Amino acid sequence: MTRSQKLTAVASLILIVSMASAVVLVRTLDRSRPQARLQEVLYVSSPKLLKRLSLGYEGLLADIYWTRVVQYFGGIHAHGGGQYKLLWPLLNITTQLDPHLMPAYEFGSTFLCAKPPNGAGMPDEAIELVRHGIRNNPSDWHLYYDLAFIYYDQKDYRDSAEAFLHGSQLPDAHPFLKIMAGQMAEHGGDLATARMMWSATLQNSHDSMIRANAAAHLRAIQADADVIVLEQLAEQYRQRKGHFPENFSELISAGMLRGEPLDPMGHPYRLEPGGKVVVSDPDYLPFLDTGLPEGYVPRHVPRLPPAK
Amino acid sequence: MNSRILHIATNTFREAVRDRVLYNLIAFALLMSIAAVLVGQISIHIERLVVINLGLTAVSLFGLVIAILIGIGLVSKEMDKRTLYTVLSRPVRRWEFIAGKFFGLTGTLIVNTFFMAIGVFAALAYVSHHFVRSDAWVLAALYFIVLQFVLITALALFFSSFSTPIFSAVFAFWLFVIGNFAGDLRNFAAMTHGVTRALATAAAYIVPNFSDLNVISQVAHGEAVPIRLIILNTAYVTVYALAVLSGAVVIFERRNLK
Repeated sequence: MTRSQKLTAVASLILIVSMASAVVLVRTLDRSRPQARLQEVLYVSSPKLLKRLSLGYEGLLADIYWTRVVQYFGGIHAHGGGQYKLLWPLLNITTQLDPHLMPAYEFGSTFLCAKPPNGAGMPDEAIELVRHGIRNNPSDWHLYYDLAFIYYDQKDYRDSAEAFLHGSQLPDAHPFLKIMAGQMAEHGGDLATARMMWSATLQNSHDSMIRANAAAHLRAIQADADVIVLEQLAEQYRQRKGHFPENFSELISAGMLRGEPLDPMGHPYRLEPGGKVVVSDPDYLPFLDTGLPEGYVPRHVPRLPPAK
Repeated sequence: MNSRILHIATNTFREAVRDRVLYNLIAFALLMSIAAVLVGQISIHIERLVVINLGLTAVSLFGLVIAILIGIGLVSKEMDKRTLYTVLSRPVRRWEFIAGKFFGLTGTLIVNTFFMAIGVFAALAYVSHHFVRSDAWVLAALYFIVLQFVLITALALFFSSFSTPIFSAVFAFWLFVIGNFAGDLRNFAAMTHGVTRALATAAAYIVPNFSDLNVISQVAHGEAVPIRLIILNTAYVTVYALAVLSGAVVIFERRNLK
């Protein structure tokens, strides 16, 4: 080995060892000074200023901000939820930079509207976001659909029906919107309406996350309906026998049930004292309203098996 | 184009290739590959948008940097190396030298853009598995980017004809920045009165209008680029570049090269 080759080898080795040491040291520093980590901060909060600063490349900047929204929401959500202080400003900047960025409206409104810990619990901002989208993309019926969904989630069935109706009047609008407008106006709070909404979402979306979410809601609706029917059966049993059944076998023996009832995930329901029916594994039914075991604390990150 | 201009243009192109200018294509290819693979994992539903936005922005910025960094040295470098005197001692007129340099650098940037465009479409094919009709408008955006290069090359060459490379780079870059606010400047001028209005209006029309040459965000959403805009931008860039090159020729003709 020549002198030059030796020098190169030694220098290369020093370079690798030094860089590896630097990485280890920075990681150690991060651990010892957690307060020095980047806090929730928005250096430039004005969308107009950002648009000017982008020198015409606002499309790419909007994509970067949208990615930041996803990472910000996902980061907080994955750690059990909490305050989403920057979610609305980030979404506002994203959609001001690129008013045609449809995923920002579709997913952003869901992030904003969903109740904690699944979302930020900011329905008013979600409505403002989608209305901004409608102003800039007036011919896209999907935005009316999203708006109607937010109102529906807030149990504001009148405005939900109105949003469906407006959307249904657009060219290329899905025929489902017209049906939903009528259904929402007449039977806003029914389980049947909820089932129709989520079924349509499952059928019309190609996105795996949206489909998984819709499928989870449909399973929860089915479980809600099952729990209501099973509790009614337990009550009928009590009226006949003078006491609540201790388990479902008694209902089966009485000819009131054909077999052991299973929830949409295939897990058996549990009959508790007093005729109360609960699911045995509520983690798999994150959007359930009824049938939750006493004292159950929902998971921070809901289990959403992929839609079939 | 006469043969002397063609020779100078060809040599400018060869020199740029020898200076490893086209190495930026490697950085561009890496950028596009990383974007195409990574974005789907860290964001939602913007894979196509990012490939178009990032691809065209990179084409534009890489090209602008090349245009400025090479353009500012086109004259001064030849003077420093004394090769300018050899060229001008032959039957080559000064304006032919300026024109040859301009076409040589513009040609380099067009070749560079061509290879980057292949990269953009390859990344687009990778993320969406097929092309749609509206993807053709990406070509219009690429054409507008080439028009930006024509303007910035002419400006860099203009400053290079009388200033030092550092100042030429600063002037060219700031004109690019100000040119992106050309629309705002015209609006500002319209709101003023008297002498201010006259000065502001003059300034607004003197700075190059880069603001209408950026349709990246538009084509990323599949929106069409009006043919009228293509024709008007082509005409504008042609006359503006001609004006700037004429200025460069006037200054260079009067410059004492001894």
